[in-house]
Amino acid sequence: MSDKTMPLTELPRHIESGMTLGIGGWGSRRKPMAAVRELLRSDVTDLTVVTLGGPDVGLLCAAGKVRKLVYGFVSLDSIPLDPHFRAARESGSIDTSEYDEGMFVTALRAGANRLSFLPTRAGLESDVMAMNPELKTVTSPYTDEDYVAVPGVRMDVALIHLNRSDAAGNGQYLGPDPYFDDLFAMASDTTFLSTEKVVPTPELGAGGPPQSLLLSRMFVDGVIEAPHGAHFTGCEPDYGRDEAFQQHYATAAKDPESWQRFTRTFLTGDEASYLAAVADFHSSHKEQAS
Amino acid sequence: MNVSIDDRTTGEPTGTGATRAEVCITACSDAWRDSGEVLAHAVGIVPMISARLARLTHSPELVVNDGECFFMAEAPPLGETAAAGGVVESWVPFRLIFDILNSGKRHSMMGASQIDRYGNQNISSIGDRRTPTRQLIGVRGAPGNTVNHRTDYWIAHHSTRIFTESVDVVCGVGNDRARRHPTQSLRFHDLGVVITDLAVLGYDPEGHLAVRSLHPGVTAADVRDATGFEIDTSGAGTTRLPDARELELIRTVLDPTGMREREVRG
Repeated sequence: MSDKTMPLTELPRHIESGMTLGIGGWGSRRKPMAAVRELLRSDVTDLTVVTLGGPDVGLLCAAGKVRKLVYGFVSLDSIPLDPHFRAARESGSIDTSEYDEGMFVTALRAGANRLSFLPTRAGLESDVMAMNPELKTVTSPYTDEDYVAVPGVRMDVALIHLNRSDAAGNGQYLGPDPYFDDLFAMASDTTFLSTEKVVPTPELGAGGPPQSLLLSRMFVDGVIEAPHGAHFTGCEPDYGRDEAFQQHYATAAKDPESWQRFTRTFLTGDEASYLAAVADFHSSHKEQAS
Repeated sequence: MNVSIDDRTTGEPTGTGATRAEVCITACSDAWRDSGEVLAHAVGIVPMISARLARLTHSPELVVNDGECFFMAEAPPLGETAAAGGVVESWVPFRLIFDILNSGKRHSMMGASQIDRYGNQNISSIGDRRTPTRQLIGVRGAPGNTVNHRTDYWIAHHSTRIFTESVDVVCGVGNDRARRHPTQSLRFHDLGVVITDLAVLGYDPEGHLAVRSLHPGVTAADVRDATGFEIDTSGAGTTRLPDARELELIRTVLDPTGMREREVRG
């Protein structure tokens, strides 16, 4: 088995401006945030981003890297809407395909199955059809029914984050929900898996039940060890969502000046300096609280 | 967890011992009656309490989740996930939710930022769709929910801003659109009730919203004034009050910290 490990800093070399980028996780849960931050440090731009979005979308929008967003929602979970996403929508700075959540998953499944579409009832007679005029319906060959023919979505690159991986890219989730990370990998030409910890293959089986081995190395092209790589989204059971920091992010995002400060403090250095700045944030937060 | 009924610090009684929020909860609870052994999908504090109350009283067959990805054998207090304890009866990651809703074994109670007389619901955005004046949470699951299984709506602040002549983005599909659909695809479309802080609304044979009952202390004129289209109030009775057992369950078991009173005032 080949060793697919690579440093985080190498990631931008594999992503070109104009590409379609899938991002795993769900809302503010197990997002490949270290990988997203690495893109913020690069000059990659003009991306079409496909995701069940959280702060990954907010950060990429704030940095002006998104041309088009294909999404089921963009939520921070404990905060219903990402403020940068809201601003991007209200200023009209990004193109969008807003899908019903089930339609979004149908699009992923079709893409992973290399189908041009899969049928679903979701979307019929709703304005999702009007907002996405490329969507067509298909007539059942068996019954008197029409369905929405959700076009399969294919991505150039997918970024996902899992709790553990071996060097070959066998990925394991240890939290309660796999989300749709395996579908993202199968619907993408290339997948980069960041992980809390790269372990020898035998340790995967020892670390959780066989069902936790979500992703086979067949679908993974690069493995990046990135401890706290989902921060500030949650990565159960390794760590929960950093609610205090998320609140800080959401508050800072509402005002250009405070956002500049946030960017200066957290997003100008490398990943190690990000994590150090987060640690500083928490120690000063604690001092204020005591 | 043993909070006595007198320990409530928020909410004004309506003169009957129950607050408006509590009247809303039992009105919502009644909406789950006879749904059968299905997943209760409830968005909002009052709907979440109501589903758990229904589970503990008249509808023990109802399936309730912990807000994450577990179904719970016993209705958990508000805000407590499986991580806080309790008996898990099933594992339901997000990927299964879409299969469940497609199967029809689900009943939703969702919010609405706008709703029209036919029950077309908007939670996506206000204004122009390409460049909205206000981006809301997005269509989320409303298009799929409304064409697959029964859907009710919960409106915490009944007002003309929400009950509008037309909605800017149809997310949840209303009766007019479902009825004019030319094939059999919409056969599972099933709008039930709209419960607000003022009243319980149903749909008349033409598919229009009509008031079924007014909460105690609310007049038909109050509802008409707070509704942005003409609404029939002629058949309106009075919403029932919670009984003693329901009040105790709400106050001591399901919502001991009184989150309900922050969602519904008065």
